[in-house]
Amino acid sequence: MAAINLERILYLTELTGLKVFGPHGERIGRVVEAAVLPAEHGRRVARYLVGDGGRTRFLVRHDQVQSISLQGLFLSDDLMTPYRHDEAYLLLCKDLLDQQIIDVNGRKVVRVNDMTLTIETAGGRQELWVLEVDVGVRGAFRRLLEGMAPPALIRRLQEPIKPNSIGWEYCNIIEPDPQRRLKLSISGEALNQIHPADLADIVEDLPPAEREALIESLDEEVAAETLTEVEPKIQLSILESMDADKAADILEEMAPDQAADALGEMKEETSREILSDMDQTEAAEIGELLEYEEDSAGGMMNTQYVALHERAVVRDAVEALKGNEELLEGLNTLFLVDAEERLAAAVPVARLFVAPDAAPLRPLALKSLLKVTVDAHRDRVIEYFDKYNVLTLPVVDDNNKLLGVITADDIISVLRRS
Amino acid sequence: MLRRLRLHIATFFAVIGPGFVTAMVDNDAGGIYTYSQAGARWGYLPLWTLLPITLALIVTQEMCARMGAVTGKGLSDLIREEFGFRTTFFLMVVLLLVNLTNVMANFAGIATSLGLFGVSRFVSVPLGAAAVWILVVKGTYRIVEKVFLLACGFYGAYVVSGILVRPDWMQAAVYSVRPRLLLEDAYVAMLIGMVGTSVAPWMQFYLQSAVVEKGVDEKQYAQSRIEVLVGCVAMTVIAFFIIVACAGAYKYHPRDIASAAEAAEALRPFGRYAYLLFSAGLFNASLFAASILPLSTAFTVCEGLGFESGVNKRFGEAPVFYWLYTSLIVVGAGAVLLPQFPLVKLILASQVLNGVLLPVILVFMLHLANRRDLMGRWTNSRIFNLIAWTTAAAMTALSLSLAALSWR
Repeated sequence: MAAINLERILYLTELTGLKVFGPHGERIGRVVEAAVLPAEHGRRVARYLVGDGGRTRFLVRHDQVQSISLQGLFLSDDLMTPYRHDEAYLLLCKDLLDQQIIDVNGRKVVRVNDMTLTIETAGGRQELWVLEVDVGVRGAFRRLLEGMAPPALIRRLQEPIKPNSIGWEYCNIIEPDPQRRLKLSISGEALNQIHPADLADIVEDLPPAEREALIESLDEEVAAETLTEVEPKIQLSILESMDADKAADILEEMAPDQAADALGEMKEETSREILSDMDQTEAAEIGELLEYEEDSAGGMMNTQYVALHERAVVRDAVEALKGNEELLEGLNTLFLVDAEERLAAAVPVARLFVAPDAAPLRPLALKSLLKVTVDAHRDRVIEYFDKYNVLTLPVVDDNNKLLGVITADDIISVLRRS
Repeated sequence: MLRRLRLHIATFFAVIGPGFVTAMVDNDAGGIYTYSQAGARWGYLPLWTLLPITLALIVTQEMCARMGAVTGKGLSDLIREEFGFRTTFFLMVVLLLVNLTNVMANFAGIATSLGLFGVSRFVSVPLGAAAVWILVVKGTYRIVEKVFLLACGFYGAYVVSGILVRPDWMQAAVYSVRPRLLLEDAYVAMLIGMVGTSVAPWMQFYLQSAVVEKGVDEKQYAQSRIEVLVGCVAMTVIAFFIIVACAGAYKYHPRDIASAAEAAEALRPFGRYAYLLFSAGLFNASLFAASILPLSTAFTVCEGLGFESGVNKRFGEAPVFYWLYTSLIVVGAGAVLLPQFPLVKLILASQVLNGVLLPVILVFMLHLANRRDLMGRWTNSRIFNLIAWTTAAAMTALSLSLAALSWR
């Protein structure tokens, strides 16, 4: 950003208090606030609020401005209307200054100290565009001296301070009111690029209303992954405060065991309401998981596994995987079952690559089959993972019927929580 | 019925911590000295001030806890968002200075209390500082809070030493409800001191942040309110026993004392335990406050000025926070070790700054707690506002008078 000529820069702290002059050079008042209309243009300051010392504030449109400099805002006509608040205005001082925003690049919550605007020329007129948001000591310094020293002096004095700004395109505003969010065209698009684990840290840093706003503005899939990573207590309060159908949509995207854990913590009426809003098969699956004790193998397992008949061949396995693409990311073991769904063997996925298409799966299976029963205690399950270094452990009922699997990452989160 | 009761108790324990800890730390080295001095010089006479003190505490603490639970934001956050950067900046600078002197006072408390056990201050103060630093930087929030709650329990030492003095319960009870005004300069100064020190600016910030950190929300707030109430009452009970113990110790020759350690010495005739418990209580209170004040200060200042903060962050992520925290401890503890350091003057200066800062913060709090867009249906009721404004006005008058007295 060093390439930008300082002459073309105007800080928000300099804009507020800037003198406003009419077409004949007469002084009209001072700028008290600036507004961007995100629905029209994402960067341009579309309105200036001018105060003349009285109570009313007047509105100046950007196309009434002729030129802008540290000397003042020079208007080409002086037809001003009294200002009335409109939700579609993003007010730079009121909505942004001193408020928290998300730094998408730095993946954290920051507080706005000042804003940097650039003076652009369009159609013979000058207008202001938002360039950066200042979150560092430089901006704080300007805020401290604002109105107490001439801008030129402040600019000179701030030189030695290291700048710390975020490009406007990387700023995400958090607006708790969904309708206003729509009017301001705030989307969670940029946020969807952040890793859910980082998003979870951001969520934990925010106050409750902003947490919900953030989760609601994400894609359902990202929202689900983020919620999975959030501390259980916060996860619960977010889900409980959402509309049941929105919560249901997000829970559908979560792994069934995670969804069951979340629902298990809720008040019964809330969880029942959410379950009834969910897709039937998903709800049934989660409902089954909810039956198990939290600290048993049943309470820890999920139902995201791939099982094949014990006489299947490699080609069948590949076909089965093609039908379960959403599982592929974390899948490392296939299970073989007999006609009654009783667990027979476990096959590491990697062994499929070195076997011909027609080879039967059974000989590729692990020599010893490790499994736990559904009522095994959590400590015993953890012991198994530690002792045998497995990545995926099948869970069976008393008749050896395969019910689900526990994966190593489930164990890691259990251990971290205790 | 039983299940519901159990649920209530469970929720109560889920929110316990912030209110109790804040109220207890109010009885820090400075507070204990004030109460000891009052009891030693005036016997049971000052006991009646404890009721209004409790009320003032409850009113201010309740507002902070409520704001924390409803907005999920700390007090310095709210002040920054509402009153802008410059106001927050000056507020934070003053708060930093006031709290630094408070930290010094509490390290001095560690030095004198362990001095009673024959430990040199050159051993006790560095060890205390190291313990405080390690506890917070290396411990998790859950462990730290347990240690803090345990420290609250040790305040019981004062109750026991108060009983060991065999006070005249009847008289103590009567003076607790019967206001006595003597038109003596020293008496008025003592009253102002007692009430003026009871509500400190740092408490408001600490309590609100702790409520937020604990994750208390609107639904759990009813329990949190009870906790704040119980905490404030418990704090007053401790203060009562400190005054009673000192009143008993100086029954036949009431006089001014120069430190809380002197009060402990005066308890010797009542047996080893009265003396030991009083000294141990002072040590506990000083160490406790010395752990909380630097942490709370660093947290509040960073929050208000927009620096990363929190003990769950690594040093590289929150350098300002850790530097501030460490310097508060090092400077606070170091000052006590300097031979010529004007400690008493500094503590008086902190009273002055405290008195000047508190009214500003109370007015900000009242303004914030009445904002409907912030608090929704949790704004102050009209009656509460009446009580709160009266309290704020009274506290302002008393703090400013204390400031004036200290300045003299």
